[in-house]
Amino acid sequence: MKDTTTTPETDAPNSAEDPTAPRGSLTATAPSATAASQSDRADLRPESINDAVIRLAGDSQDGIQSAGAFLARLAGRSDHDVMTYMTIPATISGGPSIFQVRMGTGEVLSAGDEADFLVAFYQHSYQDHISFLKDGGVLLYDSDNVQPDLDDKRFVYVGVPITGLTIEALGGTAKDKGKNIFILGLISKIFHLDVEKLTTLIKEKFAGKNASIANTAIMAFTAGYAYPVGNVLTKQYKFETVVPKEGDRAQITMDGNQALAYGLIAAGVRYGAGYPITPWSSVMEILRSELPKYGGIFVQAEDELGAVSLALGFSFSGYLAVTGSAGPGISLKTEAIGWASMSEMPLIIINVQRGGPSTGLPTNVEQSDLFQAIFGGHGDSPRVVLAASTVEDCFYIAIEAARIARKYSTPVFILSDTSLATRIEAFDEPELKDLMIDPKPDLTPRAAGFKPYAVDQITQHVPPGTRMLDGKYPLVSGLEHDEMGHPTGSPKLHMAMTAKRRNKLRQLAEEIPMPEIYGDQEGNVLLVGWGSTYGPIHDAVKLAREHGEKAGALHLRHLHPLPNGLEKIFARFKRIVVVEMNDQGIYGFGQLATILRARFCEPKIESATKTDGLTFRVKEILERVFEGRSFAARKIPREGLPIVHADPSSENVKSLKEVVPQGVG
Amino acid sequence: MSEETTIIDAPREKLTKKAITADHPTWCPGCGDFAVLASYYKVLEKRQLDHEKIVTLAGIGCSSRFPYFVNGYGAHFIHGRAVPLASGISLARPDLHVFLFGGDGDGFSIGGNHLNHGARKNINLVYFIMDNFVYGLTKKQTSPTSPIGFKSKTDPTGAIDQPVNPMKQLICAGATFVARTHATQVNHMIQMIERAMDHQGFSVIECLSECVEFFPGAFDPANPRKGGAFELIDEKKWDNTSEDELRHDVTDELAAYKLAQLPFPGVFGVFYENDRPTKNALEKKWIDTTREKLGHPSDLALLQKTFDRMK
Repeated sequence: MKDTTTTPETDAPNSAEDPTAPRGSLTATAPSATAASQSDRADLRPESINDAVIRLAGDSQDGIQSAGAFLARLAGRSDHDVMTYMTIPATISGGPSIFQVRMGTGEVLSAGDEADFLVAFYQHSYQDHISFLKDGGVLLYDSDNVQPDLDDKRFVYVGVPITGLTIEALGGTAKDKGKNIFILGLISKIFHLDVEKLTTLIKEKFAGKNASIANTAIMAFTAGYAYPVGNVLTKQYKFETVVPKEGDRAQITMDGNQALAYGLIAAGVRYGAGYPITPWSSVMEILRSELPKYGGIFVQAEDELGAVSLALGFSFSGYLAVTGSAGPGISLKTEAIGWASMSEMPLIIINVQRGGPSTGLPTNVEQSDLFQAIFGGHGDSPRVVLAASTVEDCFYIAIEAARIARKYSTPVFILSDTSLATRIEAFDEPELKDLMIDPKPDLTPRAAGFKPYAVDQITQHVPPGTRMLDGKYPLVSGLEHDEMGHPTGSPKLHMAMTAKRRNKLRQLAEEIPMPEIYGDQEGNVLLVGWGSTYGPIHDAVKLAREHGEKAGALHLRHLHPLPNGLEKIFARFKRIVVVEMNDQGIYGFGQLATILRARFCEPKIESATKTDGLTFRVKEILERVFEGRSFAARKIPREGLPIVHADPSSENVKSLKEVVPQGVG
Repeated sequence: MSEETTIIDAPREKLTKKAITADHPTWCPGCGDFAVLASYYKVLEKRQLDHEKIVTLAGIGCSSRFPYFVNGYGAHFIHGRAVPLASGISLARPDLHVFLFGGDGDGFSIGGNHLNHGARKNINLVYFIMDNFVYGLTKKQTSPTSPIGFKSKTDPTGAIDQPVNPMKQLICAGATFVARTHATQVNHMIQMIERAMDHQGFSVIECLSECVEFFPGAFDPANPRKGGAFELIDEKKWDNTSEDELRHDVTDELAAYKLAQLPFPGVFGVFYENDRPTKNALEKKWIDTTREKLGHPSDLALLQKTFDRMK
């Protein structure tokens, strides 16, 4: 619109008090928890909804991630399920960026294909993302920067001079920094969010920082909340209240990298080493500052090879350790992982996958390192590979990885990816007291006859510092070795030791529970997935079943070894489609599909892959699996909403001076 | 984490050479590394360290076979990465004595980056480099310390690349104990190992250790029995005499660097020693102040508090 930076202060007639003001105008007041109850007119009563997808589109420096994170955390505190989706540019500063929040009172599995609400900061944000706005959806745009095509009658247009109003609310020095929090205030108003909880969150976030930062944030929030958006948007929404059930655990919200880091801490991992690389870095940053609190150390190493070697040193010393990276860094660690396999040294290796090969698509999502995790390296080097399916699973899989690494004295990979790393989800607070592990090494003297590599047993190393009462001390070796760890060139021993290292994985496979099938237990099609595609695959199956398909979903967390008995599940479906974010390869099958076909010799296994660097949309999966069939989109309350093209021009806008209590915060 | 499990002390026998000897070395007869192994045994015997607290580590190379010849905890790691492996052990377990053995290829070529950063971070360990100026295990290729003109299978007309000067590199990288010795001078070697052990920090000893197979006679110029001169660094005694002014101050980095410039075979002894805090101490300080500030909570209470903030 044309009201660019015109300040409402100077030329805006006070429309809110004008009897001819558009229907639905709200008297703007200072935010309070009771704001929603101030209006009792039926047309102002907010529509009750249980699910909304809000996409914030701007540039990476606009802080839309933190605005999105506030929404996600609020949803968590209000017992709503929440799922977020974020893209960040590969550039150091600047570049388009989005944050999508899906909040709902039901089970939220995926971040949503289409947005109900699009917030566009810039013209490019509008142009790039308008196609993600569903028909009847609301476009909320910064009228200082965006000129939408108002002739497109599919959407509701709400223009707010966000930049100008933010500058005005915060004064000159902050410039337009704070737009994100202004937007947050605006969204809070539209969705009747719990302002008290939100302001508490904002204050908590900035606690410990300069008090003026928190004040500025509250001022921006208040300004956004006070904006008379009711003048231009006649509809308001309110999430259905969720009443927590007796015994329900509190919800916590975090991203996947946080969940991995805290899962490791719960699992008793106190030492680790890494080297910075996107999108793994935040795991090491968290561990670097958290582990000293627990008496541990995380070392930023000189390179990836040093990092894995340090971690192996920690493990050798008796403390199961972690290293991690993204694909390129894992390549560098590969030789040492071979040593871990040969010497049977427990180690956790996290790969937060991104688009590859080489530097590839460093800030996009891809699941193309499965082969690397399972086979990467020289020689026959068995290792365990697990993949987390959700943010919550990142927490629990870290604990499982540690358990397996200790029990089987083996390197264990945890595969995550960009999507899990950066998205925020709410989940039930884990029962920590049942999960926490005391990591102290056992230094009790060992009786005579200890052999680190006994052929007929699973290796259990003894940490240095433990007295061997027969005076014979074990060695840990990368050379093929005998039962005491001393080198051997004996073909017989190499065969026996190779089998020993492989057989412990077979033993592990026996204890892996058969995964549950979601949806139909038998029928037409089984969708098989691994990793972060859990949500969209399950949503796709849900939708397909609602449309009469007999479909199920099987999600694998244990990729190497695979659980035993999958063939029995496969036998119950006519089609098996493996959905994954990697290339179909020269033979037409993605990485997991290839492994499953090799393992089960099952010709009905099909492959649905993609390499656009973006998470799967539910629609995409359905189109691939059920070619030619159309599925109506998810039903949400806004369907059938009358399309309103409100006039967001500045005449309708009250002066900020009038609506914002000065000196708030 | 630093509190160790209490161990009921079973009676201890004296640590003898026999107790710490393992496999018979696989080195060629006459190899300089035998003397290094013998010196190591001697030092362990003399110091009577707790047997279970001795950790002997190595990367890859002839000299890196070392841990197999010692009965004690040990690891034979991959080529060039033994410094970070040893760093992990040293940082997590201050109760252990961490000894690391390797050659010139392992230390100055494939592991060069780790050497620099181990030195910079001043990790508390002893790193003994057996420098033979040639790749022996792979049968005579040029090493990073091979002198210009040395004929090898990869430089049939003589090496052309400027060799690494180990002393200069270690001083510049920030190693806090830098010494040089010769495999034929066992008493000197033992002295150097003991001083390296007593130093808190990244202690490196370069030992000229002859490869009789692929570079015979390389170190004769520093061997008096072969007509050479084993010239020792004359360290300052701080006795206020006029002679003392001419002696070497081991804390003087520039003086150490000048000694390192002397033409081959140069001088032997401690070039440089500095009491800069170790990473071990700095990390421990961080842990201690953090835990103090938090009031020494249990692990469970700590993590619960973090989760409470995420609600």
